[in-house]
Amino acid sequence: MRRALFALLLVAGCGARPEVIVGSKKFTESVLLGNMAEQLVAAAGLEALHQQELGGTRILWDALLAGEIDLYPEYTGTLREEILAGERIAGGDDALRAALASRGLRMTGPLGFSNTYAVGMREERAKRLGIRSLSDLARHPELVLGFSHEFLDRADCWPAVKSRYRMQHRSVRGLDHEVAYSALESGDIHATDLYSTDPKIQQLRLRVLEDDLHNFPPYRAVFVHRADLAPAAAAALARLQGVIDDREMIALNARADLDKVDECEVAAGFLARDLRLAARPCAEAGLARRIWDRTVEHLFLVAVSLLAALIVALPLGVLSAKRPHVGKVVLGVVGVLQTIPSLALLVLFIPLMGIGALPAMAAMFLYSLLPIVRNTATGLGDIAPGLRESAEALGLPPGARLRLVELPMASRAILAGIKTSAVLNVGTATIGALIGAGGYGQPILTGIRQGDHALILEGALPAAALALVLEALFGLVERLVVPRGLRLEPSE
Amino acid sequence: MLEVRQVVKRFAGRVALGPLDLVAETGKNTVLIGPSGCGKSTLLRLLNGLLLPDAGSVSFAGDPVSPATALGVRRRMGYVIQDGGLFPHLTARGNAALLAGYLGWTRTRIDERTAELAALVRLPEDLLGRYPAQLSGGQRQRVSLMRALMLDPEVLLLDEPLGALDPIVRSELQEDLRGVFRSLGKTVVLVTHDIGEAWFFGDVLVLLRDGTIAQKGTLDDLMDRPADPFVTRFLNAQRSPVR
Repeated sequence: MRRALFALLLVAGCGARPEVIVGSKKFTESVLLGNMAEQLVAAAGLEALHQQELGGTRILWDALLAGEIDLYPEYTGTLREEILAGERIAGGDDALRAALASRGLRMTGPLGFSNTYAVGMREERAKRLGIRSLSDLARHPELVLGFSHEFLDRADCWPAVKSRYRMQHRSVRGLDHEVAYSALESGDIHATDLYSTDPKIQQLRLRVLEDDLHNFPPYRAVFVHRADLAPAAAAALARLQGVIDDREMIALNARADLDKVDECEVAAGFLARDLRLAARPCAEAGLARRIWDRTVEHLFLVAVSLLAALIVALPLGVLSAKRPHVGKVVLGVVGVLQTIPSLALLVLFIPLMGIGALPAMAAMFLYSLLPIVRNTATGLGDIAPGLRESAEALGLPPGARLRLVELPMASRAILAGIKTSAVLNVGTATIGALIGAGGYGQPILTGIRQGDHALILEGALPAAALALVLEALFGLVERLVVPRGLRLEPSE
Repeated sequence: MLEVRQVVKRFAGRVALGPLDLVAETGKNTVLIGPSGCGKSTLLRLLNGLLLPDAGSVSFAGDPVSPATALGVRRRMGYVIQDGGLFPHLTARGNAALLAGYLGWTRTRIDERTAELAALVRLPEDLLGRYPAQLSGGQRQRVSLMRALMLDPEVLLLDEPLGALDPIVRSELQEDLRGVFRSLGKTVVLVTHDIGEAWFFGDVLVLLRDGTIAQKGTLDDLMDRPADPFVTRFLNAQRSPVR
């Protein structure tokens, strides 16, 4: 609800925004650190908001540059090798700080632990094959490797590992990090990328392969923040410097991931114990309340995007029916829009619209166009020539023919297009959670991250229910909008 | 009333009609007849501007029929097509009153006119609330005729109005239709391929062949003084006795 309201304010152009907005990526460690930052900043007397699980590195970095968020937890290796890879920063942290400063950014000192990339296998298989290091893995090109998309794409990850160790594996698959664990257990893949602070390493009995040729640079955790961050907030963040070592981080991750303790609680517990921060109650809403809030957010996304699509797509559909040559171009363009992956679309929109509901609705708007434009165009095109001619022969001007005859006759097809868009939108809106738009995608995202099926269902079931409700609702709308004469069976 | 001068109409480069001259006289029934593809429906559509000629001109009451004048011209000409052309989303009453409603007639005036026309075309008034899908073919044609007559036009154009009906309904409606034409004294142009129907309605028969007029005259003229062997062949091809 708060998020939806906030999005509303953003849409309305009011600048009412919390003093400090913390971002975090969509994995547990980042969410934990984000929670710590939020609580420390709040304890320093500033108004803070945590936009959690915003997606991957690119989304967070763009949001930070755009000022949509003020800070987020990052790793020095990621900054150096991925985000600023083009600059080939030599030298130590000072060089990195200089590169950040030129973008109006700063970073805190290291928090203590390092979360390096690693490659892991199930212990028993590794033992059987005698694989201890990445060099050993290179000698087994028959193994199936499954890596997260980020690991596959990052210059310092798979491409670097592949060339340094001369890996010649024939089967290398890209899959979501969370899915990789299940695939590893089921034996569909034999090795995957890991974070070295990942609590699943112990839980699933995985062997971390030694990086014997030293491919991965150190990934020390820091906070990057905007240079214009309030000094009190920067001071609050500095309290985390050097206080979380590797073991501590693994324990915190395990508490959240394996014991399923809410991240906010885990963070608060750590801050109370190690930094003597007065424990602030984590407002954990009840199930009904959570679902209600998500529903409001979700409906908001669906309604606004659908309404905008209606305003644009109906005239486009009419135009396509009246001018078939223009129609081909219009349908081609809205069809191509449909093929752009939603995540790609979201990332394209962030520099223009920031994060939150706006870019999510913009993407949903674009996806909604095709069904409405196409059904409007075919609905109008399918009207029998004799009927169209009869309307013309009456002496009705074109506008009146459209309004009184053609649109009512095409109403059923048009409504079916709108219904398709609405139901598709309910599904598409779940990706909005990746960029802080909330909705049913939020519990789904968290559930996937934590391997918590109940949480996934908490988002997926209401989404399915909403789709069904919309279907039923459109059935009612059809009775109101589609003229009765069109719903009759011929008497003969 | 309606005058066609040296009109030529091409479809996809091929001449479908003309060059052709024709005058439909005021208050008379002119029947366009001929084999399918002879251009009779094309000629009818040229009269109310649904089609525009590639050469020549069409005029109505002395004024040219053009895109600029088409709306006004059409409101002074009723138009009825084979299956009625009724809009399925409107009731019989809604169909008949569509244009009048658009033009801002009052409810009372529309109701009065509808009742009057229902009586004229012998459509029971309780059917006015039905949708086209709930009406028989003959009833639909009666509603279509009401719609065409709503604004009391000077001209009625009918394109095979009875073509889709079974013989009994058809002959009943033929009688009623002729009664309407006679009582109203309108200028009527009717398209048919049925020589019996042409004789039944027509003051003047216009026999078309390949887009031009083969012969124009009364049925007696066509039978007794055929302009060429095609005329005789066309008349004899229809077996039903006409006199």
